[in-house]
Amino acid sequence: MLKTFTKGGVHPAENKITQDKAIEKAGLPKKVIIPIAQHIGAPSSPVVKKKDQVKAGDVIARSQGFVSSNIHASVSGTVAKVDHVVDASGFKQPCVVINAEDDQWADGIDTSDALVKDIDASAEEIRQKVLEAGIVGMGGATFPSHVKLSIPEGKHVDTLVINGVECEPYLTSDHRVMLERAEEMLVGIRLLMKALGVEKALIGIENNKPDAIAHLNEWLGDDPQIEVYGLKVKYPQGGEKQLINALLDREVPSGGLPLDVGVVVHNVGTALAVYEAVQKNKPLVERVVTVTGPSLTHPTNLLVRVGTPVGELIEAAGGLPEDTGKVVSGGPMMGKALKTLDAPVVKGTSGILVLPQKWAHREKELHCVRCAQCVDACPMGLEPYLLKQLAERERFEDLEKNSVLDCIECGSCSFTCPARLPLVEYIRYGKTNVNQIIRNRKQQ
Amino acid sequence: MTTTVLYTILSLSGLGAVAAMILYAAAQKFKVYEDPRIDQVEEALPGANCGGCGYPGCRQFAEALVKADDISDYYCPVGGNDTMKEVAQILGREVAEQEPKVAVVRCNGSFQNRKRTSIYEGPSSCAIEASLFGGETDCQYGCLGKGDCVEVCDFEAIFMNEETGLPYVIDDNCTACGACVDACPNNIIELRKRYKKDRKIYVSCVNEDKPAAAKKACQVACIGCNKCVKVCPFDAITLENNLAYIIPDKCKLCRKCVDVCPTNAIAEIGFPPRRNKRRNAKKESADQEQSKNQS
Repeated sequence: MLKTFTKGGVHPAENKITQDKAIEKAGLPKKVIIPIAQHIGAPSSPVVKKKDQVKAGDVIARSQGFVSSNIHASVSGTVAKVDHVVDASGFKQPCVVINAEDDQWADGIDTSDALVKDIDASAEEIRQKVLEAGIVGMGGATFPSHVKLSIPEGKHVDTLVINGVECEPYLTSDHRVMLERAEEMLVGIRLLMKALGVEKALIGIENNKPDAIAHLNEWLGDDPQIEVYGLKVKYPQGGEKQLINALLDREVPSGGLPLDVGVVVHNVGTALAVYEAVQKNKPLVERVVTVTGPSLTHPTNLLVRVGTPVGELIEAAGGLPEDTGKVVSGGPMMGKALKTLDAPVVKGTSGILVLPQKWAHREKELHCVRCAQCVDACPMGLEPYLLKQLAERERFEDLEKNSVLDCIECGSCSFTCPARLPLVEYIRYGKTNVNQIIRNRKQQ
Repeated sequence: MTTTVLYTILSLSGLGAVAAMILYAAAQKFKVYEDPRIDQVEEALPGANCGGCGYPGCRQFAEALVKADDISDYYCPVGGNDTMKEVAQILGREVAEQEPKVAVVRCNGSFQNRKRTSIYEGPSSCAIEASLFGGETDCQYGCLGKGDCVEVCDFEAIFMNEETGLPYVIDDNCTACGACVDACPNNIIELRKRYKKDRKIYVSCVNEDKPAAAKKACQVACIGCNKCVKVCPFDAITLENNLAYIIPDKCKLCRKCVDVCPTNAIAEIGFPPRRNKRRNAKKESADQEQSKNQS
């Protein structure tokens, strides 16, 4: 029997329209908008000013503190402004806007396709390169990767888990990376293993991607260190705690990190970025983005420069369909609806989903009938209906007692609710407030 | 038969008497001394339990008042100066007179003035909407229109105007308890000094965007043009982050700033109609233009 995680989970329709579409290189954008806070942690501080000339790969914002990340120019040209620009959710964010002129890369970056297999760098050098290259978790959470490679004292890591699950419906960017950039990605995995000092890496892939599993196995041959596992299809297997549970049968304690059970999880996209950073000296300035939707004429997988406006991606996929009701950044389960198509692609954008009007609106809410389907669906073993009610009544202390902070906001509860209650929205609201309360308590 | 009734009455009365004695003894033994002034002070307070004073309810506030040595920092916004004087009398202490205040909604982004550029279908709560995105309009600072302020008001002093999508304060009911101020995630509502006849002059905008962006998002946004700052004879207006603010203590309600404001972002409420013809002509032409734009 195939492995999967034990608690909860749902089965949304897969709709992987673009799984056979090879990665295309998107045309160079005329203008890129690069937010200086694309990661979890402290925002970076810009080091360029208006009218500066930059080349692709130049640092434009330096990381501030340990949990932070460098930001690089993704095109060469002139800095148009360093200012606040409206982001995907309608808030003004500090951004660096660059007018692209030509395609020049900064010195020392190897942009050839040649595979560099031999690993010369030491563990410390790999960590340094990852930090310099501004690599963050490419699965969507955008946690700075060098932090995950620095094991604090007293912790022991024995396994590296590579996340190739891609459990979100519609998205296929990781799938295509595993098929088309497998060799490079595997070198990236070996680099990560060296940086962590582990002997074993497991790649978890859902069983709806048999070609990727076969392809990776072919490349690995009988490598004893890296194993590929096909997993039973179930959402949200791509959550790191669920994946660890599925592959290793270990449970990350409440409020804990994968480190606590001796595991570090990285996405396949991150592994590829690590390869490019260490072996090719190329910072994270482009990523694969799935541009998809049921009414798009040419849904596709694009290799895009960070900062490209989303509108240009949709143009490349055949233009915005007339019946569009919503454009979502990310997948349909966890993605965020965009407020404007001028919003840029960031390091964590794994897909752009164009939904037709008939699917985009929310059905009328009914009353909770205590059917407990949300409890069955919750992969973290929480009680979403209760958390929603507590959040609605602003009983934040009780929310904290009911482990609201364990919620991974996967949306399984809202997906399964027959009364169509907006459970995740309320829980997220509760989480924000509980975090605030905890912060205040720490200050005191 | 009669004896049974008699025994029953006697035994039950006896039981009652014994229980009463035990209860009395227990009450004496475990008696907690409470300052009688707490009850008196509580009696004097309005009893709305609104929390405007910063305490959970009137009883807790009364306890705090009795305990405190100096009560000049304590204030019950609902009862106002009269109540505080009464409290001071009971406690034999001094209170400073405070200016009465009223809640003011600093946003005029009605449906007509501020275009909706996206649709929000989530839970009907400003706090949740604000945590998800910048709101249905292009102004990330303004009123979200889901009525969190209306929900928290204990005095029926604020309601949503269906036509404009904005909350309106009924000055007579408003006690300046501050519940709406805390509830608003965008900090639009402000407690301002209450002038005579409930007259008001304030900048009805909190948009900190640059002029072009602010004006594009909302017709009546403050664009930080500095005209009001220059014209004010009392130095009552400050400009920060492209946003003007009228300091209530300095403002003398002369309305010069209202005349010069190019976007009508400064609200004047409760004044009699003006005699100045030029101003009226200007206003009329502006109104006509607005109606043209709408049609």
